[in-house]
Amino acid sequence: MTAWLSLLQRFSALILAPLVLVHLGLMVYAIGDGLTAAEILERTRGSILWGAFYGLFVIAAAVHGPIGLRTVLAEMTPWHGKSLDLAMLAFGLALLGLGARALLAVVLPGAAP
Amino acid sequence: MIRAHRNHPGYWAFALHRLSGVLLALFLPAHFLVLGLAVEEAALDSFLSWSDAPLAKLAEGGLVVLLAVHLTGGMRLLALEFLPWSDHQKSLIALATGLALAAGGLFLLSAG
Amino acid sequence: MSHAGPSEHELTVEIWRGGAEGRFERYRVPARENQSVLDLVTWVQRHLEPALAYRFACRVGMCGSCAMTVNGRPRWTCRTHVDKVTKGGRLKIAPLANLPVIRDLVTDMTPFFDKWQQARGRFSPTRTRKDEPAAVDPDSRARRAADAGIECINCAVCTAACDVVRWNADYLGPAALNRAWTLINDERDGARAESLAAVSGAAGCHNCHSHQGCAEHCPMGLNPTAAIAGLKRASLLALLKGEL
Repeated sequence: MTAWLSLLQRFSALILAPLVLVHLGLMVYAIGDGLTAAEILERTRGSILWGAFYGLFVIAAAVHGPIGLRTVLAEMTPWHGKSLDLAMLAFGLALLGLGARALLAVVLPGAAP
Repeated sequence: MIRAHRNHPGYWAFALHRLSGVLLALFLPAHFLVLGLAVEEAALDSFLSWSDAPLAKLAEGGLVVLLAVHLTGGMRLLALEFLPWSDHQKSLIALATGLALAAGGLFLLSAG
Repeated sequence: MSHAGPSEHELTVEIWRGGAEGRFERYRVPARENQSVLDLVTWVQRHLEPALAYRFACRVGMCGSCAMTVNGRPRWTCRTHVDKVTKGGRLKIAPLANLPVIRDLVTDMTPFFDKWQQARGRFSPTRTRKDEPAAVDPDSRARRAADAGIECINCAVCTAACDVVRWNADYLGPAALNRAWTLINDERDGARAESLAAVSGAAGCHNCHSHQGCAEHCPMGLNPTAAIAGLKRASLLALLKGEL
């Protein structure tokens, strides 16, 4: 399992790298232009591109975060073994669920402003 | 307390990577929860207007640095692990950290 | 006791006494122009503390038996000049970290060498004495990778410097993994697959966080971090090919 987790960690990192770069660029752009929520949502709602971009982002982050946290907790706290593995699996699923909810809220065409 | 055997750039880079990683993992659920509010736009707007406060902008700049530190540090680690070994590890650590701080600076300048 | 510092011709040395539970004892030793930390420990044993336990053999940086913690860093004491490591006339000498302490400055090296075996750090011959010797191209990539790591003297300084070993006592550690990497790159070795399997488990190479503390402290100037990075690549490639 160790080798698989390591592989997943590196693979998700490779996916995350360009996504984070774009995300950082967007943050600088959005704050520079003083975009409001309405203006941001206007761009994201109904956009397949942004949906795919942030969909992939959520999945990769939900894989990457719990694997890293598992290592940190196992090394720096007494917590390790099966219960930690299950807790981190739950954390990953929670991230996936919350991320999916956030994604839908931001990209579903929904109520237009 | 930092032990003597840890006082070298590789360890500091690791500490930065771990700290930023843990903080980002803790921040992520909160980030998703707030974005979930976007269904109710007014709620998000009121949150965003709160986040207009200078202190909140500073905190947001901190998040940019955290994300950038973890990104550049992580790319350095991927290069270390998957590319032929480079003897310039200390320069690469400095470069990665410098780029991340620059990203934070750029963000705060844009916010200004 | 007076708080005045040691005189110009004296050093204050603190040396660990006891087992895992113990304390630092303070000794005053003459400051000589040319002495190694090992010379100094020997002076203390000969003149002040006959019961002081420490380990050494060759005194010239070959045998790897005299490593200790000197002012917080793991070092080979026979080739560590006192002048280079003394801070304000003070020296604190402890047994190596991350290994069980037997007594005073002597650690139990058993876990260190057990991990050497667990990482399959032994040569598996593919020829017998009746065969011709293997012709190995010294400039081949694999041979150069192996050559980079074979000068290890088993002093355990890297293991004492490794924080991952400190956090996870099962972790095979830099020395054993470095050894495995030299074998995997040795074209005469017949157990590459077994070696890769041995270093890919829960205690294996994927635990390394590339702090590079091992490379920073290795007295032979080896780079176990680079060796472990090589193992990670080989291990993940084997995993993807379904060979693990």
